[in-house]
Amino acid sequence: MENNLLLWIILCPLISSVVVRLFGKTLGRKAVHWVASGSVLLSFALAVTSVAQFVGSHHIQVHKVFLWLDTDLFQTWVGFQLDSLSCLMVCIITGVGSLIHIYSTGYMAHEKAFERYFAYLNLFMAMMLTLVLADNALLMFVGWEGVGLCSYLLIGFYYSDHQNADAGKKAFVVNRVGDFAFIIGLLTLFWTMGIQTGVWSFDFQDIKEYSWAIENVHLFGVSAAVFVTLMMFIGATGKSAQIPLYVWLPDAMAGPTPVSALIHAATMVTSGIYLISRLSFLFDMAPATLHVIAWIGGLTALFAATIALVQNDIKKVLAYSTVSQLGYMFLACGVGAYASGMFHVTTHAFFKALLFLAAGSVIHACHHEQDMRKMGQLKSKIPSTYKTYLIGAIAISGVFPFAGFFSKDEILWQVWNHSKALWIIGLVTAGMTAFYMFRSVFLTFWGDRRMDDHHWNQVHESPASMTAVLWILAGLSLIGGWVWWPGFMQLSSFFPHWLESSVVVHHAHGSHAAEISLTLISLGVALSGIALAYQIYVRKLFSTQKLKETLSFVHRCLEHKYYVDEAYEKIWVQGTKKLSQSFSIFDQRIVDGVVNWTSRALKFCVFVMGSFDRFVVDGLVNLSGYITASIGLMVRKIQNGQIQLYLATMLAACGVLTALWVKYYLLQG
Amino acid sequence: MFESHILSWMTFTPLIGAFLLLLVPGKKVQWVKGIAAGFTLLPLLMSAKLFCAFDRAQAGMQFVERAEWIPGFNIQYYMGTDGISVTMLLLTALLSFLCVLASWNIEKKVKGYFFLFLFLETGMMGVFAALDLFLFYIFWEIMLLPMYFLIGIWGGIRREYAAIKFFIYTLVGSVFMLLGILAIYFYGLNPHTFDMVALAKQGGLLGNSLWLGLPFSKVVFLALFFGFAIKVPMFPFHTWLPDAHVEAPTAVSVILAGVLLKMGVYGVFRICYPFFPDAAKWFAPALAVLAVINIIYGGLCAMNQKDIKKLVAYSSVSHMGYCLLGLAAMTFVGLEGSLLQMFTHGTSTAMLFLLVGVIYDRAHTRGVNDFGGLATQMPVYTFIAMIAFFASMGLPGLSGFISEVFVLIGSFNADAFFLSQGGELVFQSKSIFMICTIFAALGVVITAAYLLWTIQRVFLGPLPEKWNQLQDIQPREMVTLIPLAFLAIGLGIYPMPILNLLHASLTQLTQWVTGL
Repeated sequence: MENNLLLWIILCPLISSVVVRLFGKTLGRKAVHWVASGSVLLSFALAVTSVAQFVGSHHIQVHKVFLWLDTDLFQTWVGFQLDSLSCLMVCIITGVGSLIHIYSTGYMAHEKAFERYFAYLNLFMAMMLTLVLADNALLMFVGWEGVGLCSYLLIGFYYSDHQNADAGKKAFVVNRVGDFAFIIGLLTLFWTMGIQTGVWSFDFQDIKEYSWAIENVHLFGVSAAVFVTLMMFIGATGKSAQIPLYVWLPDAMAGPTPVSALIHAATMVTSGIYLISRLSFLFDMAPATLHVIAWIGGLTALFAATIALVQNDIKKVLAYSTVSQLGYMFLACGVGAYASGMFHVTTHAFFKALLFLAAGSVIHACHHEQDMRKMGQLKSKIPSTYKTYLIGAIAISGVFPFAGFFSKDEILWQVWNHSKALWIIGLVTAGMTAFYMFRSVFLTFWGDRRMDDHHWNQVHESPASMTAVLWILAGLSLIGGWVWWPGFMQLSSFFPHWLESSVVVHHAHGSHAAEISLTLISLGVALSGIALAYQIYVRKLFSTQKLKETLSFVHRCLEHKYYVDEAYEKIWVQGTKKLSQSFSIFDQRIVDGVVNWTSRALKFCVFVMGSFDRFVVDGLVNLSGYITASIGLMVRKIQNGQIQLYLATMLAACGVLTALWVKYYLLQG
Repeated sequence: MFESHILSWMTFTPLIGAFLLLLVPGKKVQWVKGIAAGFTLLPLLMSAKLFCAFDRAQAGMQFVERAEWIPGFNIQYYMGTDGISVTMLLLTALLSFLCVLASWNIEKKVKGYFFLFLFLETGMMGVFAALDLFLFYIFWEIMLLPMYFLIGIWGGIRREYAAIKFFIYTLVGSVFMLLGILAIYFYGLNPHTFDMVALAKQGGLLGNSLWLGLPFSKVVFLALFFGFAIKVPMFPFHTWLPDAHVEAPTAVSVILAGVLLKMGVYGVFRICYPFFPDAAKWFAPALAVLAVINIIYGGLCAMNQKDIKKLVAYSSVSHMGYCLLGLAAMTFVGLEGSLLQMFTHGTSTAMLFLLVGVIYDRAHTRGVNDFGGLATQMPVYTFIAMIAFFASMGLPGLSGFISEVFVLIGSFNADAFFLSQGGELVFQSKSIFMICTIFAALGVVITAAYLLWTIQRVFLGPLPEKWNQLQDIQPREMVTLIPLAFLAIGLGIYPMPILNLLHASLTQLTQWVTGL
């Protein structure tokens, strides 16, 4: 069904972005706040309307705007579609996006470059919406790279510090590595499908219909389906911060905190899972790829959780937690539970946005202090922030009936049916998650006060525009999971049914008894994680210092994030720089050297020829002249002006001539 | 009268302007500049007319002008344009005008500068409009002289070295090209002809006869290709480019990167491919490999440059590699990408050189490491620079993306086409194009790396104290940049205006070349 609203969902923030960027300074801070937030709210309203139309009509809403690329081989439109999957994403993006825009008006109230901030945030919204609404892979890629651009611009928002600029650059380049794989995957899909079926198209609809044809083609020793999906998954690891391309996300915390909440927690980083869900029919054809995804996801979840255990920067804890939770989502996709993955995307969007914004509120209150070791006892000073942060922590730990419980439980149940080893990894990660989240709660809000009086007295609760948003998100973190209850409870399972029309849904099989016991186990693990954190950081059952010393090697390892950044720096960054240096030297010395040497050789030839000309050819000429001149010089001496000598010479000559005349003429004749 | 001779008018209006300049006393600098601007604006307006009047459905030559010139040798004054050259004519007209504006602050020998500049524009227009090989060659050589003097007189410190290097290098290429043209004339069709359209139509017939014991078509193809490859510039004949760019004044760099480099690719499109399709197929895999070397090698060299201009010059080497790869693929999409890349690279690189010029005028240095934090001091400049950098990076939504993606799509599976055409296995690999494309796509990562690194070193970080007097960009400089920025964004969103121009002619060319 044609629906022209879809374009406007994107255009609202896009136009606002341009207006704010170009005229923001003239409009003033207040107007920019209204325009920027208003446009996203409007976009949210349009999104809800479109979703309502989708529900009402039971038809995918489409909007073909204009013919974008036209070649003899394929045609691609700037076209949008709204199916159940994009409905979900659009609602999350515009909903959470609106909240974060409103929050930002408070958080960035004293920022000088407010117009730049809101323009880029708006642009991000437009790009993210393009990503999820696009009806073809090329247009999706525009959004895919567009969000990367905005992420880059916002990570480096405080660019005058080199570290922040570095972080932005790192994010962009690492993402580009993923994009490189994504493009290769997309091209392979395009060509294999085209050759097999004669359908040359990037449209998702066509891909869905004709991609069966690529299963039997072999490429590089594997089925084309496996190759394509594997490449796309590598693309997803870039955007969604999985091993081996996760390194940019923790550094991305250099951006303003609302940006971390929106881009690096709730929306952009989940686009990898979106991609896999969008193409779930394709991934279903490639069990080998799914296997890889499950293990990469599981290992990333565990790996990042261990690092989060020892971080002292509150945002870094949340960053590694995000990486870990994203790993959870990939784990779900890897076992074929795409819907569960998307479910976790949804709940995670609520509670992780909440946690980041609450952390932002803490940072705002403490005058940009992010180190938890310098906080403590804040719960009385900033009660709203504390309560909402606590709700977020409970939700992410997976405590019933908060949102995180439902999605995490669903994933673990699906994983159990697939692989016990992965289930254990998931479970351990869940325990660690509960532990480090409550560690951050206790360190920040409980315990002793570790802040000096001067700063302590300046700590203040954030303005209403921020706390209101926190409370809304807290509410969502509570109820957000109530759309998919565990099977044994026989309550709503609205969520998977909703997604069924656009995503492959595999229903888990198993007895209720097993499901109940697994649920209890995971709940138990979460609660014991919380309890352990309580014992260590509140009751001080044993000293953390001692623990650090006994496990110094492990601790050092974790604190340095397994030295991955250092290794990447050495191998990739320095390696590339070395390579570029040697290429450059090669270019200068060899390639250009040959040119210069050729010219020198030519010059030498010219010199030799010139010398020959000058010394041999011209030399002969000069020699004859020289001889003439020398004779002249000698003869000149005779001509000295004495008449007598001339006379004598003349007489002598006459004598000689006469003698010769007589001898040769007269006597002969 | 006007419309039927629009190409001649476009070509020779600047020349009229050039001679008019000679009548103006050299001290009247404003007059000189005014005339130069006026006589580059006129071709721009005519190009707008050309753009509107161009028949998108027609594959053959349009706006044809034909007259006997030297009947004894069957040489004609033969001008015309089709989808392959029309975009280049538009680009030339646009960049020439913008460059005159960008040259407003030239102080040394103003009259001579603009005289040569107008002269140069005539040469460039002529190259793209000429349809007679002899005429083509004359225009090709005409360009060389003003370029030599523009670099050699108005250039930087090592200008003489750079100018001579440029001159001799190009001349060497031209010699081979001339030999190739003469070979085509004498051994091509009967009766002897320089008519490019006729020769293209008979392309296959120039075929495989032996000539001095060598296959005629391959030898002549290579001779011509060598001449064009120097212009592109293709590795390993590229080293004149960085030197020329570094020493040339801003506007000349823009012309050099924006128009002159394209002539190399254009020549291959117009002459090498249609004249010798079989040789082209024979050479295609090697060309693909050379193209990828251009992309990766140029990118890595760019990464290590300390001079921004040199960096942009090497990035041109890298980007022109995509043009070559699209050519090598010989598929419609690949060729289309290549042609589009010529246009988009022309706009984005022109922007980059103009931007370097802006900062050089103020700071008198181009060292990447001399700067930092300019975003704070020059926000508007930085904003425009970002557009240029990201366009050059091929960010989706900007023009460079579409051309690069077309090239990648076109070449990714050229193997199938290549083998089905009975291509010879040069590298003992059935998937040479696929591998080349993968490496070419890797170039995207390298491009991002060096451009972002440059952005960071120039615009981000703390502002050194010595630069806190720098003025932000001026209206005149904005005027030169904004049209290009609009093109970069506009064509990224809606490329059809350019693609529509190409379609018909490119379809025909693909048919000629592939014989399908």
